[in-house]
Amino acid sequence: MHTFAELIIVLIILLDLALAVTGSLSSCIRLVAVQGVVAGLLPLMAGAGAPHTRALLFAAVIVTLKGAVFPWLLMRARDKSGARKDVEPLISYPASILLCIGAFIASSWMGSRLPLPETQVAWIVPASLATIFTGFLLITTRSKAITQVLGYLVIENGIYIFGLALFVEQPMMVELAILLDVFVAVFVMGIAIFHISREFDHIDTAELSELSDWRRGEYGK
Amino acid sequence: MEIIKPLSQYLAVMLLSPLLLGIINRVKALFAGRRGQPLLQLYFDLHKLLAKTPVYSRTTTWAFKAGPVIGVSAMVTILAVLPFAGRPSFLSFEGDFIFIIYLLGLARFATVLAALDTGSAFEGMGASREMQFAVFAEPAFFLGLTALARVTGQTSLAGMFGALTGDTWRVAAPVLALLTASFFIVLLAENSRVPADDPNTHLELTMIHEVMVLDHSGPELAYILYGASLKLWVFGSLIGCMVLPRHSGSWATDCGLFLLVMAAVAAAVGVVESAMGRLRLTKVPYMLITAFAFSALALIFQMGR
Repeated sequence: MHTFAELIIVLIILLDLALAVTGSLSSCIRLVAVQGVVAGLLPLMAGAGAPHTRALLFAAVIVTLKGAVFPWLLMRARDKSGARKDVEPLISYPASILLCIGAFIASSWMGSRLPLPETQVAWIVPASLATIFTGFLLITTRSKAITQVLGYLVIENGIYIFGLALFVEQPMMVELAILLDVFVAVFVMGIAIFHISREFDHIDTAELSELSDWRRGEYGK
Repeated sequence: MEIIKPLSQYLAVMLLSPLLLGIINRVKALFAGRRGQPLLQLYFDLHKLLAKTPVYSRTTTWAFKAGPVIGVSAMVTILAVLPFAGRPSFLSFEGDFIFIIYLLGLARFATVLAALDTGSAFEGMGASREMQFAVFAEPAFFLGLTALARVTGQTSLAGMFGALTGDTWRVAAPVLALLTASFFIVLLAENSRVPADDPNTHLELTMIHEVMVLDHSGPELAYILYGASLKLWVFGSLIGCMVLPRHSGSWATDCGLFLLVMAAVAAAVGVVESAMGRLRLTKVPYMLITAFAFSALALIFQMGR
Protein backbone atom coordinates (compact mmCIF):
# COMPACT_ATOMS: atom_id res chain seq x y z
CA MET A 1 0.00 0.00 0.00
CA HIS A 2 2.91 2.34 0.66
CA THR A 3 4.16 1.93 -2.89
CA PHE A 4 0.75 3.22 -3.91
CA ALA A 5 1.09 6.25 -1.63
CA GLU A 6 4.56 6.84 -3.11
CA LEU A 7 3.07 6.75 -6.59
CA ILE A 8 0.61 9.44 -5.47
CA ILE A 9 3.51 11.54 -4.18
CA VAL A 10 5.22 11.16 -7.57
CA LEU A 11 1.96 12.17 -9.23
CA ILE A 12 1.82 15.32 -7.08
CA ILE A 13 5.36 16.26 -8.10
CA LEU A 14 4.59 15.61 -11.77
CA LEU A 15 1.55 17.85 -11.40
CA ASP A 16 3.89 20.55 -10.02
CA LEU A 17 6.04 20.21 -13.13
CA ALA A 18 2.98 20.25 -15.37
CA LEU A 19 1.79 23.44 -13.68
CA ALA A 20 5.16 25.00 -14.37
CA VAL A 21 4.85 24.34 -18.12
CA THR A 22 1.13 24.59 -18.83
CA GLY A 23 0.24 27.58 -20.92
CA SER A 24 -3.53 27.48 -20.96
CA LEU A 25 -5.35 29.05 -18.02
CA SER A 26 -8.19 26.54 -17.94
CA SER A 27 -5.86 23.53 -17.87
CA CYS A 28 -3.91 25.23 -15.07
CA ILE A 29 -7.13 25.49 -13.07
CA ARG A 30 -7.88 21.84 -13.79
CA LEU A 31 -4.37 20.73 -12.79
CA VAL A 32 -4.64 22.55 -9.47
CA ALA A 33 -8.01 20.87 -8.89
CA VAL A 34 -6.55 17.42 -9.65
CA GLN A 35 -3.64 18.09 -7.30
CA GLY A 36 -6.01 19.12 -4.53
CA VAL A 37 -8.11 15.97 -4.98
CA VAL A 38 -5.06 13.71 -5.07
CA ALA A 39 -3.61 15.36 -1.97
CA GLY A 40 -6.98 15.00 -0.25
CA LEU A 41 -7.01 11.27 -0.98
CA LEU A 42 -3.46 10.79 0.31
CA PRO A 43 -4.30 10.39 4.04
CA LEU A 44 -6.63 7.51 3.18
CA MET A 45 -3.66 5.72 1.57
CA ALA A 46 -1.01 6.64 4.11
CA GLY A 47 -2.81 5.50 7.26
CA ALA A 48 -2.48 1.93 8.43
CA GLY A 49 -5.60 -0.22 8.32
CA ALA A 50 -9.09 0.96 7.40
CA PRO A 51 -9.64 4.74 7.63
CA HIS A 52 -11.98 6.20 10.25
CA THR A 53 -15.34 7.64 9.32
CA ARG A 54 -14.02 11.07 10.29
CA ALA A 55 -11.12 10.80 7.86
CA LEU A 56 -13.48 9.66 5.10
CA LEU A 57 -15.84 12.55 5.78
CA PHE A 58 -13.00 15.01 5.78
CA ALA A 59 -11.58 13.65 2.53
CA ALA A 60 -15.04 14.00 1.00
CA VAL A 61 -15.21 17.67 2.05
CA ILE A 62 -11.77 18.36 0.58
CA VAL A 63 -12.56 16.62 -2.68
CA THR A 64 -15.78 18.58 -3.14
CA LEU A 65 -14.19 21.92 -2.28
CA LYS A 66 -10.93 21.57 -4.18
CA GLY A 67 -12.22 19.38 -6.97
CA ALA A 68 -15.52 21.07 -7.76
CA VAL A 69 -16.19 24.38 -5.98
CA PHE A 70 -12.82 26.09 -6.47
CA PRO A 71 -12.47 25.20 -10.17
CA TRP A 72 -16.01 26.39 -10.74
CA LEU A 73 -15.34 29.71 -8.99
CA LEU A 74 -12.08 30.24 -10.85
CA MET A 75 -13.50 29.27 -14.25
CA ARG A 76 -16.30 31.74 -13.62
CA ALA A 77 -13.82 34.47 -12.72
CA ARG A 78 -11.80 33.65 -15.84
CA ASP A 79 -14.83 33.84 -18.12
CA LYS A 80 -16.22 37.02 -16.58
CA SER A 81 -12.93 38.87 -16.62
CA GLY A 82 -12.71 38.34 -20.38
CA ALA A 83 -8.95 37.99 -20.14
CA ARG A 84 -6.73 36.22 -22.63
CA LYS A 85 -6.78 32.47 -22.21
CA ASP A 86 -3.06 31.89 -21.59
CA VAL A 87 -1.09 32.49 -18.44
CA GLU A 88 1.46 34.96 -19.92
CA PRO A 89 4.55 33.91 -17.93
CA LEU A 90 7.35 36.37 -17.25
CA ILE A 91 10.03 33.68 -17.71
CA SER A 92 10.18 30.91 -20.33
CA TYR A 93 8.66 27.49 -19.70
CA PRO A 94 12.00 25.59 -19.74
CA ALA A 95 13.31 28.05 -17.12
CA SER A 96 10.21 27.35 -15.02
CA ILE A 97 10.66 23.58 -15.21
CA LEU A 98 14.37 23.83 -14.38
CA LEU A 99 13.54 26.04 -11.39
CA CYS A 100 11.02 23.40 -10.30
CA ILE A 101 13.59 20.61 -10.52
CA GLY A 102 16.11 22.76 -8.66
CA ALA A 103 13.50 23.38 -5.98
CA PHE A 104 12.90 19.66 -5.70
CA ILE A 105 16.63 18.97 -5.30
CA ALA A 106 16.88 21.68 -2.65
CA SER A 107 13.80 20.47 -0.82
CA SER A 108 14.93 16.84 -0.78
CA TRP A 109 18.19 18.03 0.76
CA MET A 110 16.28 20.15 3.26
CA GLY A 111 13.81 17.34 3.97
CA SER A 112 16.67 15.05 4.93
CA ARG A 113 17.97 17.62 7.44
CA LEU A 114 14.74 18.71 9.10
CA PRO A 115 14.26 17.13 12.54
CA LEU A 116 10.90 15.56 11.77
CA PRO A 117 9.32 12.40 13.14
CA GLU A 118 9.87 9.35 10.97
CA THR A 119 7.22 9.18 8.24
CA GLN A 120 5.86 6.02 6.72
CA VAL A 121 5.83 7.31 3.16
CA ALA A 122 9.12 8.30 1.54
CA TRP A 123 9.54 11.75 -0.08
CA ILE A 124 6.47 13.24 1.54
CA VAL A 125 8.43 16.19 3.02
CA PRO A 126 10.39 17.01 -0.19
CA ALA A 127 7.19 16.75 -2.20
CA SER A 128 5.37 19.17 0.09
CA LEU A 129 8.24 21.68 0.06
CA ALA A 130 8.48 21.44 -3.74
CA THR A 131 4.74 22.02 -4.03
CA ILE A 132 4.96 25.11 -1.81
CA PHE A 133 7.80 26.38 -3.98
CA THR A 134 5.78 25.77 -7.16
CA GLY A 135 3.04 27.89 -5.64
CA PHE A 136 5.50 30.71 -5.08
CA LEU A 137 6.77 30.27 -8.63
CA LEU A 138 3.24 30.62 -10.00
CA ILE A 139 2.66 33.75 -7.91
CA THR A 140 5.89 35.48 -8.84
CA THR A 141 6.41 34.63 -12.49
CA ARG A 142 2.90 34.81 -13.93
CA SER A 143 1.36 38.14 -14.69
CA LYS A 144 -2.34 37.47 -14.12
CA ALA A 145 -4.39 37.85 -10.97
CA ILE A 146 -6.01 34.41 -11.49
CA THR A 147 -2.66 32.62 -11.54
CA GLN A 148 -1.85 34.28 -8.23
CA VAL A 149 -4.96 32.70 -6.75
CA LEU A 150 -3.86 29.38 -8.30
CA GLY A 151 -0.41 29.78 -6.73
CA TYR A 152 -2.07 30.39 -3.39
CA LEU A 153 -4.08 27.17 -3.77
CA VAL A 154 -0.96 25.20 -4.71
CA ILE A 155 0.79 26.53 -1.59
CA GLU A 156 -2.21 25.40 0.44
CA ASN A 157 -1.90 21.92 -1.11
CA GLY A 158 1.78 21.86 -0.18
CA ILE A 159 1.09 22.89 3.42
CA TYR A 160 -1.61 20.25 3.65
CA ILE A 161 0.81 17.54 2.46
CA PHE A 162 3.44 18.84 4.88
CA GLY A 163 0.90 18.47 7.65
CA LEU A 164 0.36 14.85 6.65
CA ALA A 165 4.08 14.23 7.15
CA LEU A 166 3.74 15.26 10.79
CA PHE A 167 0.46 13.60 11.71
CA VAL A 168 -1.36 11.12 9.58
CA GLU A 169 -4.58 12.51 10.98
CA GLN A 170 -4.67 16.15 11.92
CA PRO A 171 -7.01 17.69 14.47
CA MET A 172 -10.24 18.18 12.61
CA MET A 173 -10.89 21.67 13.92
CA VAL A 174 -7.59 22.99 12.60
CA GLU A 175 -8.13 21.49 9.17
CA LEU A 176 -11.71 22.71 8.90
CA ALA A 177 -10.62 26.21 9.92
CA ILE A 178 -7.92 26.20 7.23
CA LEU A 179 -10.38 24.96 4.61
CA LEU A 180 -12.86 27.66 5.58
CA ASP A 181 -10.13 30.30 5.30
CA VAL A 182 -9.11 29.04 1.86
CA PHE A 183 -12.70 28.92 0.72
CA VAL A 184 -13.39 32.48 1.81
CA ALA A 185 -10.10 33.62 0.30
CA VAL A 186 -10.85 32.08 -3.10
CA PHE A 187 -14.37 33.44 -2.99
CA VAL A 188 -13.19 36.96 -2.18
CA MET A 189 -10.37 36.78 -4.73
CA GLY A 190 -12.81 35.63 -7.39
CA ILE A 191 -14.97 38.68 -6.73
CA ALA A 192 -11.90 40.93 -6.52
CA ILE A 193 -10.61 39.71 -9.90
CA PHE A 194 -13.98 40.44 -11.44
CA HIS A 195 -13.99 43.94 -10.01
CA ILE A 196 -10.39 44.59 -11.04
CA SER A 197 -11.11 43.63 -14.61
CA ARG A 198 -14.26 45.75 -14.73
CA GLU A 199 -12.41 48.72 -13.32
CA PHE A 200 -9.20 48.45 -15.32
CA ASP A 201 -10.21 46.39 -18.41
CA HIS A 202 -7.52 43.80 -17.63
CA ILE A 203 -6.19 41.66 -14.76
CA ASP A 204 -2.50 42.11 -15.46
CA THR A 205 -0.87 42.68 -12.08
CA ALA A 206 2.13 44.46 -13.57
CA GLU A 207 -0.15 47.32 -14.59
CA LEU A 208 -1.78 47.60 -11.20
CA SER A 209 1.12 49.55 -9.73
CA GLU A 210 -0.30 52.72 -11.26
CA LEU A 211 -3.54 54.33 -10.12
CA SER A 212 -6.16 54.56 -12.83
CA ASP A 213 -6.82 58.32 -12.59
CA TRP A 214 -3.12 59.11 -12.37
CA ARG A 215 -1.80 60.08 -15.79
CA ARG A 216 1.83 60.36 -16.65
CA GLY A 217 2.50 63.94 -17.70
CA GLU A 218 -0.71 65.37 -16.33
CA TYR A 219 0.51 64.86 -12.79
CA GLY A 220 2.87 67.79 -12.61
CA LYS A 221 0.42 70.37 -13.91
CA MET B 1 29.71 -23.97 -25.56
CA GLU B 2 28.42 -20.97 -23.59
CA ILE B 3 29.34 -18.63 -26.45
CA ILE B 4 26.56 -20.06 -28.64
CA LYS B 5 23.72 -18.30 -26.79
CA PRO B 6 25.12 -14.72 -26.87
CA LEU B 7 26.09 -15.19 -30.50
CA SER B 8 22.66 -16.40 -31.51
CA GLN B 9 21.11 -13.48 -29.56
CA TYR B 10 23.31 -11.10 -31.51
CA LEU B 11 22.44 -12.74 -34.80
CA ALA B 12 18.73 -12.51 -33.96
CA VAL B 13 19.06 -8.78 -33.30
CA MET B 14 20.87 -8.22 -36.59
CA LEU B 15 18.24 -10.14 -38.53
CA LEU B 16 15.10 -8.99 -36.73
CA SER B 17 15.66 -5.27 -36.24
CA PRO B 18 14.30 -4.17 -39.65
CA LEU B 19 11.09 -5.96 -38.70
CA LEU B 20 10.35 -3.32 -36.02
CA LEU B 21 9.84 -0.61 -38.64
CA GLY B 22 7.57 -2.99 -40.53
CA ILE B 23 5.46 -3.45 -37.40
CA ILE B 24 5.26 0.32 -36.83
CA ASN B 25 4.12 0.89 -40.41
CA ARG B 26 1.58 -1.90 -40.18
CA VAL B 27 0.08 -0.46 -36.97
CA LYS B 28 -0.10 3.00 -38.55
CA ALA B 29 -1.79 1.57 -41.63
CA LEU B 30 -4.25 -0.29 -39.42
CA PHE B 31 -5.20 2.96 -37.67
CA ALA B 32 -5.57 4.75 -40.98
CA GLY B 33 -7.72 1.94 -42.40
CA ARG B 34 -5.22 0.97 -45.06
CA ARG B 35 -3.59 -2.36 -45.75
CA GLY B 36 -0.11 -0.89 -45.63
CA GLN B 37 3.32 -2.02 -46.71
CA PRO B 38 4.34 -5.64 -46.31
CA LEU B 39 5.95 -6.42 -42.96
CA LEU B 40 9.25 -7.19 -44.67
CA GLN B 41 9.31 -4.01 -46.77
CA LEU B 42 12.58 -2.76 -45.28
CA TYR B 43 14.31 -6.06 -46.15
CA PHE B 44 13.22 -5.64 -49.79
CA ASP B 45 14.42 -2.03 -49.79
CA LEU B 46 17.79 -3.01 -48.34
CA HIS B 47 18.18 -5.78 -50.88
CA LYS B 48 17.35 -3.44 -53.73
CA LEU B 49 19.60 -0.61 -52.53
CA LEU B 50 22.61 -2.85 -51.94
CA ALA B 51 22.63 -3.81 -55.63
CA LYS B 52 22.63 -0.21 -56.86
CA THR B 53 25.57 1.98 -57.81
CA PRO B 54 25.95 5.03 -55.56
CA VAL B 55 26.02 8.52 -57.03
CA TYR B 56 28.31 11.15 -55.55
CA SER B 57 28.14 14.89 -55.92
CA ARG B 58 31.42 16.57 -56.98
CA THR B 59 31.53 18.70 -53.82
CA THR B 60 31.67 15.70 -51.47
CA THR B 61 34.82 14.27 -49.91
CA TRP B 62 35.63 11.15 -47.92
CA ALA B 63 33.61 12.46 -44.97
CA PHE B 64 30.44 11.95 -47.00
CA LYS B 65 31.28 8.29 -47.64
CA ALA B 66 32.48 7.68 -44.07
CA GLY B 67 29.27 8.92 -42.44
CA PRO B 68 26.96 5.97 -43.12
CA VAL B 69 29.68 3.41 -42.46
CA ILE B 70 30.62 4.91 -39.09
CA GLY B 71 26.93 5.25 -38.24
CA VAL B 72 26.07 1.63 -38.89
CA SER B 73 29.23 0.25 -37.29
CA ALA B 74 28.64 2.29 -34.12
CA MET B 75 25.16 0.72 -33.87
CA VAL B 76 26.56 -2.76 -34.47
CA THR B 77 29.08 -2.21 -31.64
CA ILE B 78 26.42 -0.87 -29.27
CA LEU B 79 24.29 -3.96 -29.85
CA ALA B 80 27.27 -6.16 -29.01
CA VAL B 81 27.31 -4.49 -25.58
CA LEU B 82 23.58 -4.28 -24.97
CA PRO B 83 21.93 -7.08 -23.00
CA PHE B 84 19.27 -9.17 -24.69
CA ALA B 85 16.27 -10.21 -22.57
CA GLY B 86 18.22 -9.20 -19.46
CA ARG B 87 21.00 -11.64 -20.32
CA PRO B 88 24.53 -10.39 -20.89
CA SER B 89 25.89 -10.18 -24.39
CA PHE B 90 29.43 -11.21 -25.24
CA LEU B 91 31.03 -7.74 -25.02
CA SER B 92 30.03 -6.39 -21.63
CA PHE B 93 32.21 -4.51 -19.17
CA GLU B 94 31.98 -2.20 -16.16
CA GLY B 95 30.79 1.26 -17.09
CA ASP B 96 29.70 0.30 -20.60
CA PHE B 97 26.61 2.52 -20.40
CA ILE B 98 28.91 5.54 -20.84
CA PHE B 99 30.52 3.76 -23.79
CA ILE B 100 27.21 3.34 -25.64
CA ILE B 101 26.27 6.99 -25.06
CA TYR B 102 29.53 8.06 -26.66
CA LEU B 103 29.03 5.66 -29.56
CA LEU B 104 25.58 7.16 -30.16
CA GLY B 105 27.23 10.58 -30.13
CA LEU B 106 29.88 9.40 -32.59
CA ALA B 107 27.25 8.05 -34.99
CA ARG B 108 25.38 11.33 -34.83
CA PHE B 109 28.57 13.32 -35.38
CA ALA B 110 29.48 11.25 -38.45
CA THR B 111 25.99 11.66 -39.94
CA VAL B 112 26.03 15.40 -39.34
CA LEU B 113 29.51 15.71 -40.85
CA ALA B 114 28.41 13.81 -43.95
CA ALA B 115 25.37 16.07 -44.25
CA LEU B 116 27.49 19.22 -43.98
CA ASP B 117 29.92 17.78 -46.51
CA THR B 118 27.32 17.88 -49.28
CA GLY B 119 27.55 21.66 -49.24
CA SER B 120 23.78 22.01 -49.46
CA ALA B 121 22.15 24.60 -47.19
CA PHE B 122 19.14 22.34 -46.85
CA GLU B 123 21.15 19.52 -45.28
CA GLY B 124 23.04 21.95 -43.06
CA MET B 125 19.72 23.05 -41.62
CA GLY B 126 18.80 19.46 -40.81
CA ALA B 127 22.22 18.92 -39.24
CA SER B 128 21.80 21.96 -37.02
CA ARG B 129 18.38 20.80 -35.86
CA GLU B 130 19.61 17.28 -35.19
CA MET B 131 22.38 18.68 -32.98
CA GLN B 132 20.01 21.07 -31.24
CA PHE B 133 17.67 18.29 -30.21
CA ALA B 134 20.55 16.01 -29.24
CA VAL B 135 21.60 18.63 -26.70
CA PHE B 136 18.32 17.97 -24.89
CA ALA B 137 18.01 14.24 -25.55
CA GLU B 138 21.47 13.19 -24.40
CA PRO B 139 21.30 14.51 -20.82
CA ALA B 140 17.89 12.90 -20.40
CA PHE B 141 19.24 9.54 -21.58
CA PHE B 142 22.45 9.82 -19.55
CA LEU B 143 20.68 10.81 -16.33
CA GLY B 144 18.19 7.99 -16.89
CA LEU B 145 20.94 5.38 -17.18
CA THR B 146 22.66 6.86 -14.13
CA ALA B 147 19.46 6.56 -12.13
CA LEU B 148 19.15 2.96 -13.26
CA ALA B 149 22.73 2.33 -12.13
CA ARG B 150 21.78 3.77 -8.73
CA VAL B 151 18.67 1.59 -8.47
CA THR B 152 20.49 -1.64 -9.21
CA GLY B 153 23.95 -0.77 -7.86
CA GLN B 154 25.64 -2.03 -11.04
CA THR B 155 27.68 -0.12 -13.59
CA SER B 156 27.43 -2.39 -16.61
CA LEU B 157 24.27 -2.56 -18.68
CA ALA B 158 24.17 -6.34 -18.43
CA GLY B 159 24.56 -6.06 -14.64
CA MET B 160 21.83 -3.42 -14.37
CA PHE B 161 19.25 -5.34 -16.31
CA GLY B 162 20.36 -8.65 -14.81
CA ALA B 163 19.81 -7.26 -11.30
CA LEU B 164 16.41 -5.86 -12.25
CA THR B 165 13.74 -8.25 -11.00
CA GLY B 166 10.07 -8.14 -10.16
CA ASP B 167 11.06 -7.21 -6.60
CA THR B 168 12.83 -4.10 -7.85
CA TRP B 169 9.58 -3.02 -9.48
CA ARG B 170 7.72 -3.64 -6.22
CA VAL B 171 10.18 -1.52 -4.21
CA ALA B 172 11.07 1.21 -6.69
CA ALA B 173 8.04 1.31 -8.98
CA PRO B 174 7.85 5.14 -9.22
CA VAL B 175 11.52 5.42 -10.22
CA LEU B 176 11.29 2.71 -12.87
CA ALA B 177 8.03 4.06 -14.26
CA LEU B 178 9.57 7.53 -14.63
CA LEU B 179 12.61 6.02 -16.33
CA THR B 180 10.47 4.02 -18.76
CA ALA B 181 8.55 7.16 -19.70
CA SER B 182 11.75 9.12 -20.13
CA PHE B 183 13.37 6.44 -22.30
CA PHE B 184 10.26 6.23 -24.45
CA ILE B 185 10.33 9.97 -25.15
CA VAL B 186 14.04 9.75 -25.95
CA LEU B 187 13.30 6.80 -28.26
CA LEU B 188 10.74 8.85 -30.18
CA ALA B 189 13.08 11.82 -30.54
CA GLU B 190 16.27 9.91 -31.31
CA ASN B 191 14.66 7.74 -33.95
CA SER B 192 12.92 10.73 -35.54
CA ARG B 193 9.46 9.34 -34.88
CA VAL B 194 6.34 11.46 -34.97
CA PRO B 195 6.04 13.96 -32.14
CA ALA B 196 9.59 15.14 -32.86
CA ASP B 197 9.97 14.45 -36.57
CA ASP B 198 8.03 12.79 -39.35
CA PRO B 199 9.82 9.87 -41.00
CA ASN B 200 7.51 10.00 -44.03
CA THR B 201 8.15 13.54 -45.20
CA HIS B 202 11.09 13.95 -47.50
CA LEU B 203 10.87 17.50 -48.77
CA GLU B 204 9.44 19.51 -45.96
CA LEU B 205 11.17 22.38 -44.30
CA THR B 206 10.26 21.04 -40.87
CA MET B 207 11.96 17.68 -40.99
CA ILE B 208 15.16 16.84 -39.20
CA HIS B 209 16.71 13.47 -39.74
CA GLU B 210 15.46 12.66 -43.22
CA VAL B 211 16.86 15.85 -44.66
CA MET B 212 20.40 14.90 -43.65
CA VAL B 213 20.43 11.72 -45.70
CA LEU B 214 18.86 13.09 -48.89
CA ASP B 215 22.10 12.95 -50.90
CA HIS B 216 23.01 9.40 -49.99
CA SER B 217 22.19 6.67 -52.47
CA GLY B 218 22.74 2.99 -53.18
CA PRO B 219 24.46 0.86 -50.54
CA GLU B 220 25.15 3.90 -48.36
CA LEU B 221 21.45 4.64 -48.09
CA ALA B 222 21.01 0.98 -47.21
CA TYR B 223 23.56 1.36 -44.39
CA ILE B 224 21.69 4.41 -43.12
CA LEU B 225 18.31 2.67 -43.18
CA TYR B 226 19.75 -0.42 -41.52
CA GLY B 227 21.55 1.74 -38.92
CA ALA B 228 18.27 3.52 -38.17
CA SER B 229 16.51 0.21 -37.58
CA LEU B 230 19.35 -0.95 -35.31
CA LYS B 231 19.08 2.32 -33.37
CA LEU B 232 15.38 1.72 -32.88
CA TRP B 233 16.25 -1.72 -31.54
CA VAL B 234 18.83 -0.21 -29.13
CA PHE B 235 16.33 2.10 -27.47
CA GLY B 236 13.49 -0.39 -27.74
CA SER B 237 15.49 -3.12 -26.02
CA LEU B 238 16.35 -0.79 -23.12
CA ILE B 239 12.62 -0.29 -22.57
CA GLY B 240 11.94 -3.98 -23.17
CA CYS B 241 14.49 -5.07 -20.57
CA MET B 242 13.02 -2.54 -18.15
CA VAL B 243 9.38 -3.58 -18.35
CA LEU B 244 10.15 -7.29 -18.52
CA PRO B 245 12.31 -7.94 -15.48
CA ARG B 246 11.20 -11.49 -14.89
CA HIS B 247 13.94 -14.04 -15.44
CA SER B 248 12.70 -17.56 -15.64
CA GLY B 249 15.30 -20.27 -15.68
CA SER B 250 14.83 -21.10 -19.32
CA TRP B 251 16.72 -19.16 -21.95
CA ALA B 252 14.23 -19.87 -24.71
CA THR B 253 11.23 -18.59 -22.70
CA ASP B 254 13.06 -15.38 -21.80
CA CYS B 255 14.05 -14.70 -25.38
CA GLY B 256 10.59 -15.43 -26.75
CA LEU B 257 8.95 -13.12 -24.22
CA PHE B 258 11.52 -10.43 -24.92
CA LEU B 259 10.85 -10.56 -28.66
CA LEU B 260 7.14 -10.22 -27.95
CA VAL B 261 7.83 -7.16 -25.77
CA MET B 262 9.94 -5.65 -28.54
CA ALA B 263 7.05 -6.09 -30.96
CA ALA B 264 4.79 -4.45 -28.35
CA VAL B 265 7.18 -1.48 -28.04
CA ALA B 266 7.12 -1.07 -31.83
CA ALA B 267 3.32 -1.27 -31.78
CA ALA B 268 3.25 1.38 -29.03
CA VAL B 269 5.36 3.67 -31.23
CA GLY B 270 2.90 3.06 -34.06
CA VAL B 271 -0.06 3.91 -31.82
CA VAL B 272 1.62 7.12 -30.63
CA GLU B 273 2.30 8.11 -34.23
CA SER B 274 -1.28 7.50 -35.25
CA ALA B 275 -2.77 9.26 -32.25
CA MET B 276 -0.53 12.32 -32.14
CA GLY B 277 0.36 15.02 -34.59
CA ARG B 278 3.83 16.37 -35.07
CA LEU B 279 4.85 18.98 -32.53
CA ARG B 280 5.74 22.41 -33.75
CA LEU B 281 9.51 22.60 -34.17
CA THR B 282 9.95 25.06 -31.30
CA LYS B 283 7.98 22.76 -28.99
CA VAL B 284 10.20 19.69 -29.49
CA PRO B 285 12.80 20.87 -26.93
CA TYR B 286 9.97 21.16 -24.39
CA MET B 287 9.15 17.49 -24.93
CA LEU B 288 12.80 16.54 -24.43
CA ILE B 289 13.07 18.75 -21.36
CA THR B 290 10.12 16.79 -20.01
CA ALA B 291 12.11 13.59 -20.54
CA PHE B 292 15.06 15.25 -18.79
CA ALA B 293 12.79 16.21 -15.90
CA PHE B 294 11.55 12.61 -15.61
CA SER B 295 15.11 11.27 -15.50
CA ALA B 296 16.22 13.92 -13.02
CA LEU B 297 13.25 13.19 -10.76
CA ALA B 298 13.96 9.46 -10.91
CA LEU B 299 17.57 10.08 -9.91
CA ILE B 300 16.58 12.41 -7.04
CA PHE B 301 14.00 9.91 -5.79
CA GLN B 302 16.56 7.16 -5.82
CA MET B 303 19.14 9.29 -3.98
CA GLY B 304 16.60 10.37 -1.34
CA ARG B 305 15.35 6.89 -0.61
